[in-house]
Amino acid sequence: MQLRPVVRSSAPPFSVAEALKKEGLSPADYEEIVRRLGREPNRAELGMFGVMWSEHCCYRNSRPLLRGFPTSGPRILVGPGENAGVVDLGEGQRLAFKIESHNHPSAVEPFQGAATGVGGILRDIFTMGARPIGLLNALRFGPLEDARNVGLIEGVVSGIAHYGNCVGVPTVGGEVAFDPSYSGNPLVNAMALGLMETEEIVCSGAAGVGNPVVYVGSTTGRDGMGGASFASAELSAASLDDRPAVQVGDPFLEKGLIEACLEAFKSGDVVAAQDMGAAGLTCSCSEMAAKGGLGIELDLDQVPARETGMTAYEFLLSESQERMLFVVKAGRAEPLMARFRRWGLQAAVVGRVLEENVVRVLQQGQVAAEVPASALADDTPINHHPLLSEPPVEIQAHWRWSEAQLPAATLAGITPEGRSPMGWGEVLEALLDDPTIASKRWVYRQYDQQVQANTVLLPGGADAAVLRLRPQEGAAALTACHRGVAATVDCPNRWVALDPERGAIAAVAEAARNLSCVGAEPLAVTDNLNFASPETPTGYWQLAMACRGLAEACRALDTPVTGGNVSLYNETRRPDGSLQPIHPTPVVGMVGLVHDLARVTGLAWKQSGDTIWLLGVPLEMAAVADQSADTGVEDRLGLGGSSYLARIHGLATGRPPRTDLALERQVQSLLREAIGRGLVASAHDLSDGGLAVAAAECCMAAGLGAQLVLPASTSRLDRLLFAEGGARILVSVPVTQLSAWQELMASFPALVPAKRLGTVEDDGQLRISLAEDPVLNADVAAFASVYEQAIPRRLVASA
Amino acid sequence: MTIGVAVFPGSNCDRDVKWAAEGCLGIPTRFLWHEERDLAGVDAVVLPGGFSYGDYLRCGALARFSPLLEEVVAFAARGGPVLGICNGFQVLTELGLLPGALTRNRHLHFLCEPAELTVQPGTCRWLGGYGAGETISLPIAHGEGRYQVDDVTLHRLEQEGLVALRYRRNPNGSVGDVAGLSNPTGNVLGLMPHPERACDPLTGGLDGRRLLASLLG
Repeated sequence: MQLRPVVRSSAPPFSVAEALKKEGLSPADYEEIVRRLGREPNRAELGMFGVMWSEHCCYRNSRPLLRGFPTSGPRILVGPGENAGVVDLGEGQRLAFKIESHNHPSAVEPFQGAATGVGGILRDIFTMGARPIGLLNALRFGPLEDARNVGLIEGVVSGIAHYGNCVGVPTVGGEVAFDPSYSGNPLVNAMALGLMETEEIVCSGAAGVGNPVVYVGSTTGRDGMGGASFASAELSAASLDDRPAVQVGDPFLEKGLIEACLEAFKSGDVVAAQDMGAAGLTCSCSEMAAKGGLGIELDLDQVPARETGMTAYEFLLSESQERMLFVVKAGRAEPLMARFRRWGLQAAVVGRVLEENVVRVLQQGQVAAEVPASALADDTPINHHPLLSEPPVEIQAHWRWSEAQLPAATLAGITPEGRSPMGWGEVLEALLDDPTIASKRWVYRQYDQQVQANTVLLPGGADAAVLRLRPQEGAAALTACHRGVAATVDCPNRWVALDPERGAIAAVAEAARNLSCVGAEPLAVTDNLNFASPETPTGYWQLAMACRGLAEACRALDTPVTGGNVSLYNETRRPDGSLQPIHPTPVVGMVGLVHDLARVTGLAWKQSGDTIWLLGVPLEMAAVADQSADTGVEDRLGLGGSSYLARIHGLATGRPPRTDLALERQVQSLLREAIGRGLVASAHDLSDGGLAVAAAECCMAAGLGAQLVLPASTSRLDRLLFAEGGARILVSVPVTQLSAWQELMASFPALVPAKRLGTVEDDGQLRISLAEDPVLNADVAAFASVYEQAIPRRLVASA
Repeated sequence: MTIGVAVFPGSNCDRDVKWAAEGCLGIPTRFLWHEERDLAGVDAVVLPGGFSYGDYLRCGALARFSPLLEEVVAFAARGGPVLGICNGFQVLTELGLLPGALTRNRHLHFLCEPAELTVQPGTCRWLGGYGAGETISLPIAHGEGRYQVDDVTLHRLEQEGLVALRYRRNPNGSVGDVAGLSNPTGNVLGLMPHPERACDPLTGGLDGRRLLASLLG
């Protein structure tokens, strides 16, 4: 390799050991860097390697596991590797979508951390040429009894609201769950959807030697220095000192950036585009160069700066927000930059495309850094970890728990160990008071859910968000459109903690089920893997098994993975020095197509007299032979890992059941067919809290009651009421549609278990009986008030 | 009949107004860039929701210096119908076309939810389609919608019948439950709720239609 003179830009000479520590690189990495460069790197170059070789940018721990995901299919236009995935919706419409985490920044600065998480995921979408049309988020916090967690949820929710509301993209869905493992390390995953507005999907590979490289958006400052490396280390009390590593967002600038970028892409002048997210200029230059097989020369003196005296290192690693890098057709830079200035944005030619595959950084007439692009972006190091051959002992202990260890469940109720006797109505109320199950109105009322005038189903009213596919620009913007896109995010983290493979399967199955419940056909997945350190045997086992589960379920349900994000080292160092890992949390974001918006279905009962049906795994679950199970025979539903077990008995234990993916597919397909024919008045999936909680939610959303009769059974009563497991949906069918409904089930190619359990009532009571014996009789308005107040009252109490 | 819809860099409900007026009600619209001055052919002006110039100083505070709004003030003075929705209402108070100010909501949170309102049309030309005392439901979506004005002015507004819309359950702490105000000549209406979000049966109620349709006479 030919050596060029490279200025030691960050002189004085630095200590390699300290610099490696700061960049999160190992001595072996350093050797590899020297080998690739054919010389020692200077400080700026070492910083470039530090961010590019972090887990956040190159998946150095998870890459071998991600290879198992299905990533292609007839509707997949862009899979993993670009800024976002793109699926074909037919009729000329294409949807870009992606999820990304901002966990570590949100832990130390919740408002800006969450706000910039939203800004970053939006840029991933419009960089592709798509206009953002919807946002979702998946959030995790520690218990609200701790004032620290209250501060975090307040800050995170208002940060998301601030950015999304201001930029004019509706936040239409999400999920929020609570567990002590997230205390001090909240999870903030933001997902965005966008409708393509350009003819061609804008990609990031540089092309055209000599083409100008144009910088647009906001100025570059020292904010967010080293954020990507910061995101790849555990949190401790000292992390609060890392607040400079958290960026500050400006949604007003981003609003202009969206409009100006889409205008620019439509002009045909942009050859390639890359947003500056993690690792800022370093990442955008090296990705564009590496993907295009060319080089980029970057002159830092031309970069619009908001501070003076910034070193090359600081320019290269700044994570200032709302910035993008373009390769532009020769001679077209000026008119392009004028568009950006009209929106009050910065625009400057900062470099050019080189034939030689190198990222060359100039500052004050000298070469401040020069690295082969492939050395940074290709064949990045992989940390290999041994995979446990059998589950960790603590997991095996959980799996030995059985329902027989619970106190007797009688018609009158149950007496959990160490508690007073509880009637089943009280148990239901306690579950509805669980913040993970309870109403999230306090959260979503802070989000503008309706801007852009396409939100068909609002949060709280259905299992998934539904947006009409009416574009915002062009003639089609003024035409009514009958098609929509549905989206959801899901992860049953307690299940994943107890069995990462089954939990991950359940996450995919539930996401697809939620889409099917509104009548949408599931299309594709974006995943956000939030895990603790992969460097412990248990940590890596969790990651590996969860990936295996995701891959299996995505394959079985025909929902390929189009990309996503990996966030590791989600753990907090306790004052005593030990580490508290989070529940492994592989969040599944899934999108689906609604063929006819007129048929979209919510979860609320519609009318008294409608019949209520349980679709899928029957209540009286006989053990099913399961070839893939360790024991050979197992249940499809149970109390292991359930909300009931955790909330009522204080036991987060047991083994969650394995979802029957073949049945899951059939149940969902039957339901979609029924919705398409207009036979179903409401549909709601059975999730946390099982049948009783699902029925209560349908009642509350409607302000109606219900009468359910469970068939006489030898099963435990609490199992009938509260067991959890996949492939179960509660639907209501108007009496006038009963014969068509039964006809559909009879003619459906697969045998899908369905049981009529009762009727919708207008007396405002939820009544459940076991054959003739009353089990539960609860006033809907009374438990609705518990459900609505569960989160607000805790926030007030801890404030 | 053409509605001009103002577009500031931070407007984000401009296209929604266009959809409601043109897509749902068939009233043609034209976007008016904030640096423009040309209102020729425009029969009414809507200042839509959003964050005009970022609103870091104070909602609507900078918008009033824009060339477009100088023309809008003159247009209103000539009796031209002007509707300010949400951020547009904030701008109208900054322009002095309506009295008072809109501040951070009580409890400080942004709120997006349906709001029940009582309409007092009085002489407001935007509200001719509603009955006196009629209850309607329109969505609100704002963080700074708490109407503030001194007691004397509030009393005068009430006496003159200019409190055109009131919250039935006050969500944000506005004095006098004020959700919307008319000017004495009835051509200017400012309101925090979003009538443009209630014109399309697929996405919301229809209680906003009569407001925009009032322009059709």
